[in-house]
Amino acid sequence: MSDMLKSYRFREEREADWRKLDLILTRAENGGVNGLSDAEMTALPRLYRQAVSSLSVAKSISLDQNVITYLESLCTRAYFFVYGARTSLGERIMDFLRRGWPQAVRGAVWPTLLSFLFFFGGIGLAFFLCLQDMDWFWTFHNESLFDGRNPDATVEYLRSTIYTDPNGHGQSELAAFSGFLFNHNAQISLFAFALGFAFGVPTAWLLLYNGVTIGSLYAVFWQKGLGYEFTGWLMIHGVTELFAITLAGAAGFVIGGAVAFPGEKTRLASARASGQKAATMAMGCVVMLVIAALLEGFGRQLINSDTVRYAIAVTSLVLWCGYFYLPRREREL
Amino acid sequence: MTNTSAPARPGISMEAAERRRARLAEQIRVGKMTRTLVTPEGAALRLRLATVAERAGAFAIDVAIQWAIVIGTLLGLSFIMGAMGMERVNFAFAFWMVFYFFVRNFYYIFFEIGRKAATPGKRALGLRVASRDGGRLTADAVLARNFMREVELGLPLQFLIMSMGSDQVGAWMALLGLAWSGVFLFFPVFNKDKMRVGDLLAGTWVIKAPKAQLMSDIVTAVKTKAQGSRFAFTPQQADAYGIHELHVLEDVLRQSTPEIKAQVAARIRAKIGWVPGSGETDLAFLEAYYAALRKRLEQRMLLGERKSDKYDVGRQAALP
Repeated sequence: MSDMLKSYRFREEREADWRKLDLILTRAENGGVNGLSDAEMTALPRLYRQAVSSLSVAKSISLDQNVITYLESLCTRAYFFVYGARTSLGERIMDFLRRGWPQAVRGAVWPTLLSFLFFFGGIGLAFFLCLQDMDWFWTFHNESLFDGRNPDATVEYLRSTIYTDPNGHGQSELAAFSGFLFNHNAQISLFAFALGFAFGVPTAWLLLYNGVTIGSLYAVFWQKGLGYEFTGWLMIHGVTELFAITLAGAAGFVIGGAVAFPGEKTRLASARASGQKAATMAMGCVVMLVIAALLEGFGRQLINSDTVRYAIAVTSLVLWCGYFYLPRREREL
Repeated sequence: MTNTSAPARPGISMEAAERRRARLAEQIRVGKMTRTLVTPEGAALRLRLATVAERAGAFAIDVAIQWAIVIGTLLGLSFIMGAMGMERVNFAFAFWMVFYFFVRNFYYIFFEIGRKAATPGKRALGLRVASRDGGRLTADAVLARNFMREVELGLPLQFLIMSMGSDQVGAWMALLGLAWSGVFLFFPVFNKDKMRVGDLLAGTWVIKAPKAQLMSDIVTAVKTKAQGSRFAFTPQQADAYGIHELHVLEDVLRQSTPEIKAQVAARIRAKIGWVPGSGETDLAFLEAYYAALRKRLEQRMLLGERKSDKYDVGRQAALP
């Protein structure tokens, strides 16, 4: 009697192919594409199409729950494999460096300027306020901050924080501190990006706040006549670091702008389109901060000449600007 | 139940009606969590969205793994430091700080950017990340959905810590912040697609795509035993149940205990008025009845009649 069951015969004829597809998928999921032979790779699309059509037919002729559940799961897995990402992690990274990152940054010039305004506005504001009246410093900070680098410190002490004593033991401590700073900055950058979702308002505040911190510290050194030296100390890695934070803020503003002013698109579609671009920028910021931390941890401890520090700062600025903004031939991928 | 020879519409008891309603409500609930993806080939795949509970579970597993990695490396590092002397301890600490950042933020990205599009926690629960439009899951999308985690989880946590360690005004401010950031945290609970803010921004969602096993067709058992002639059900007997009952019977045959099988067999026999022959086992009876019922229902389905359950009389009411 079961010979007359259409769904039974249907299954009998196709089951071998389903199982073959299942096997190939399992192997591919566990071992990647490299684990598959050429024959299997060529068979895959055919087996996938067959499974999909089996599912359509099974839904209309079979009442075997297990077969339908199995085919749905098999087709879903195969779909994600066949239409999924073909590129390896290495290729994705190369694509990011070559195309995705500079493109995203170039596409966000106005948000970058806005972010720059907030960040450096914060620096400038705190700097001039503190120069006029050093009491402002204490408004911005508690006493414990900055390792005693405050208006009450002596010039000699401040100078000693800018240069490393070759015989000193402080070096490894500073390295640890640069690790800590990287962590802090990177987290701030990601925050600046993510908070952009709230229409960019918290991002602006975060930029301003961090600008104020730097600006007030700058004023302390400036007042003691160490402006030139401090700039070198800060900018050897600061060009990269401040640029990164500015771009992170810009990423936040890209999202904020898209959510607040979606234009023709729906708010959801707009957030989505810009969110991916902004995420690429945020990823880039992490890369920049790693470089900044290396410059800070090693470069700054090993190089004590102001001229070389300035040279590195200018070089890095030129390199970053060139990388991001120089027009280039677009490669089709 | 008493009128077994002609299975006309039976009187629906209160209890049965209640059960049916509950079943339909459950179907609607499951339907709300199901999305249809039409492949370029034109086939419709049903995707089931992961529930909030499943995602929280996956997240808990992932956090546990992250902590294990972080604490493990810290212990390992301090062990090596102990052997090498204390001079380099700060370098090691700097290295560990950076490592900590990458584990904290890139653990998810590393796994979701891969072919399985799922972290170990998600994989354990059969979940995966997919693009909402059915297209390819891009690296940008994975980055976007995971960088947002900082706000969704980090922010409420920070406000929580702030509210505990500050004076009264500060605590109220922090509480306000906590309420504000809580909107992000509980975002997935309040939208129909169960999206995090990160999902929304990245254009992704998390679906449940468990691996299913293909089991042998129950009909095969009947065929090999060649018992077709022994169990000759009349069309009326094969019409006693609908698709829902068929599926329940399938579950009973595939995964229940002999006691339950015996109970179900007794109920079906009573309903269709079947007198067991000598040496007839419950299992053999159930398998044979399953085959007969499925055959009958599939035939009717080909003619465009889906008898959804035993109460569904449809056009069949006109039968003798």
